[in-house]
Amino acid sequence: MNAPNRSARLHRIAVLLATFVAAATSAHAESPAQIRDGYARLAGAPPQATRGQQFFGSRHGSDWSCSSCHGSVPTVTGKHASTGKAIQPLAPAVNAERFSNPTKVEKWFRRNCNDVVGRECTAAEKADVLAWLLTLKP
Amino acid sequence: MNHSLAFVLLLLAGIVVAADTTAPARAKRPPPPPAYLEECGGCHAAFLPRMLPAASWRRLLQDLPHHFASDASLDAVTAGEIERWLVSNAGDASRFPTAPAEDRITRTRWFTRQHDEIGAKTWQRAAIGKPSNCTACHRTAEQGVFNERDLRIPK
Repeated sequence: MNAPNRSARLHRIAVLLATFVAAATSAHAESPAQIRDGYARLAGAPPQATRGQQFFGSRHGSDWSCSSCHGSVPTVTGKHASTGKAIQPLAPAVNAERFSNPTKVEKWFRRNCNDVVGRECTAAEKADVLAWLLTLKP
Repeated sequence: MNHSLAFVLLLLAGIVVAADTTAPARAKRPPPPPAYLEECGGCHAAFLPRMLPAASWRRLLQDLPHHFASDASLDAVTAGEIERWLVSNAGDASRFPTAPAEDRITRTRWFTRQHDEIGAKTWQRAAIGKPSNCTACHRTAEQGVFNERDLRIPK
């Protein structure tokens, strides 16, 4: 009597857990190309990789550029310009975790654009940078 | 539901149940919330809560958009979770008669005392750069371990 009850309960927990995991991952997982296209749609224009590369390397009138921490070609490990902490490669071709979670992507664009550009980046700028990053190969 | 899927799900539940019963036995201090390692540890060493007094942690967490000249802004729920953990495990008030200047760990009295034999030239070495770069010498700092046995000062 007791054992089937326990197994039914475990089964219910397992189903709930699996549903939760599936919901949590599917709601957020996107490919870098999908995220790029989302920004391009918001911008209302196709992204330009060369413009993205220029933006990435430019200091925008302040001390830092994106490449200050990520390196000028971010297929390799970067280094935080202030703390010295290692920063995993940004190019999706080298690091599959990059640009897979739109919420995380937005959070880092918000923080880092404020640090580098002194304002939030536009959708067009994000699309350009991502378009360039997607051209980088290992 | 097909049988192999049911088996995988049961296995998953089993792992969760097993982890739940064995994990807390060893931990003396509550482990950091994953958000702390992800959000704070993403840019610098995952400093230990006891390195600063509660008042300093509160101030830092209340002003993340201006975090030592960097935007470390976070959603309120995550920031609140991290703040509660830092504050409840913060350094004992008796060790911190006053909060350090700018709420910097490197400006606490204990930090200055512990590092008083390190000269300015050493701090300036390329591999170190500045006192907040814990991992340059404390090779196990990422795991929250700062004992002298794991200490190597780079040339």
